[in-house]
Amino acid sequence: MGGLDDLYQQLILDHYRSRRGRGRIEGASASVHENNPVCGDECFLDILVEDGRIADIRADGDGCSISQAAASMLTEVARGKDLDEALDLVEHFRLMMHGDAEPDEDLLGDAVALEGVARYPVRVKCALLSWLALRDCIAEYRETTAMGGR
Amino acid sequence: MGTSAHTALDARALRAEFPILAAPRPGGGQLHYLDSAATSQKPQRVLDAMDAYYREANANVHRGVYELAAEATERFEAGRDAVARLVNHPREATVLTKNATEAINLVAWAWGARELSDGDEVLVTMMEHHSNTVPWQLVAQMTGAVVRFCPVTPEGEIDMDAMRAMIGPRTRMVAVVHVSNTLGTINPVREIVAMAHEAGALTLVDATQSVPHMPVDAAAIGSDFLAFTGHKMCGPTGIGVLAATPERLRAMEPFLGGGEMISDVTTEGSTWNDIPWKFEAGTPPIAESVGLGEAVRFLEELGPDRIRAHERHLAQQMLDALDEVPGVTVFGPRQVERRGAAVSFSLDGVHPHDIGQFLDSKGVCVRAGHHCTKPLMRHLGVQSTARASAYLYTTEDDILALQSALAECRQWFGVA
Ligand SMILES: Cc1ncc(COP(=O)(O)O)c(C=O)c1O
Repeated sequence: MGGLDDLYQQLILDHYRSRRGRGRIEGASASVHENNPVCGDECFLDILVEDGRIADIRADGDGCSISQAAASMLTEVARGKDLDEALDLVEHFRLMMHGDAEPDEDLLGDAVALEGVARYPVRVKCALLSWLALRDCIAEYRETTAMGGR
Repeated sequence: MGTSAHTALDARALRAEFPILAAPRPGGGQLHYLDSAATSQKPQRVLDAMDAYYREANANVHRGVYELAAEATERFEAGRDAVARLVNHPREATVLTKNATEAINLVAWAWGARELSDGDEVLVTMMEHHSNTVPWQLVAQMTGAVVRFCPVTPEGEIDMDAMRAMIGPRTRMVAVVHVSNTLGTINPVREIVAMAHEAGALTLVDATQSVPHMPVDAAAIGSDFLAFTGHKMCGPTGIGVLAATPERLRAMEPFLGGGEMISDVTTEGSTWNDIPWKFEAGTPPIAESVGLGEAVRFLEELGPDRIRAHERHLAQQMLDALDEVPGVTVFGPRQVERRGAAVSFSLDGVHPHDIGQFLDSKGVCVRAGHHCTKPLMRHLGVQSTARASAYLYTTEDDILALQSALAECRQWFGVA
């Protein structure tokens, strides 16, 4: 049973049962919709950018405990970051999920609890869904603002 | 066939013939493999037949003049004979493909891409596997044909009134699944084939989930095409079957071009080999045909009617066991006469992925996801389900293990 405890740490189950940052943002600066082709889970991610920082971030959609907890943790840790910091954060998380980086708790906050997911290759996609959605969301924001400037 | 259904299968004893099921689990206890709808386990005798082929008779088929090549050809063609006999179909119209998906693509491309035109209709159902949807969508894109989806009732059966209404003068092909891999529903394919033929349409039956589990008589079904796959019927991966009417195959142009499928090749053009080889370009799945032939003999010795009786019994046990777990919703027909032993379900408050992961820690293998039936998932209003599916080696122990693991799962995720 050790394996299961390792995967489903208490913190993950907590975030799953009480999601933070859930919902949509009206008048979002950028939005993306991603889905996990393995299971059909969906993630809607909205960000509100003010002065180059993520003033608000919300994730919506249904999914497994891992994907929902990961989204919940993401919204907590990404809120208030500037866009480059947020991208670094996503990249660090991605590396951790692929077993290529030691988790940095200061950077990741509660999301370090997802470290054990790296040992379950099919579940890595679940954890990454919302985080990669943020990367795409920032790219979309930059693309649309590049034309008109900020 | 011919074995009577009087004596029940002894699934517990049969497990000993399957190395993966006979082996003890690392943590102790036995493996509860409830994912045979995805692929079946393989009995030792199938592995032995393939091994013996490589050790004793390996050579390329058809083209060699030497003894060894003749032996390889004989074993390869014997696989075709066995599978044709199993479904009561002429051997020359039994084409060996890579899998069921390729068999359906063969029809979509060799027939559909040439014969369909703007506004023609291909009618499928809402419960098709993607392999009986996407090939038609691809060909429709190219030809201007339209793919229509017959709805499924809340009980998980094809809406036959809608089917009747949707088959019309523009319908050129009706392609339906015999047994749904997601809902377990056994569809009235004979009736559907008759309706389609009356309207002048061709028919394809996806028998991937029926041939492994019950007697299937291609002649009695009467469809123009019947497709299934080797790896779900105790055979190896890499081989599938398209049983078509000989006339239709003769009239069709080839699907893939290359060696083996030609009669003559000149710089001006080529002519085609006889059926079925006209549709088997390149070196075929030789060892796989040998393995499939052995799998067929295994199924014949057990008796498809006895396998079906065993699974009907298991389906009832599974439905009863799931009903006892609070928060479980079962999809698909309730009466076991109308369904196979693949049962999709959801559990309130626990995502199918988490169910699958938790059950795995208890040695219970189930599938979680959309089961390659996304239109059906949308129709049911769910993103995914968990699915437990039984086969000839499944025992009541497996189902009890599923039930108790589900009860524990509820506690673990705090929904109990
Ligand atoms: C109903 C049905 N049709 C077709 C297929 C495709 O089989 P294969 O992947 O072997 O081509 C499957 C397998 O999942 C199936 O369940």
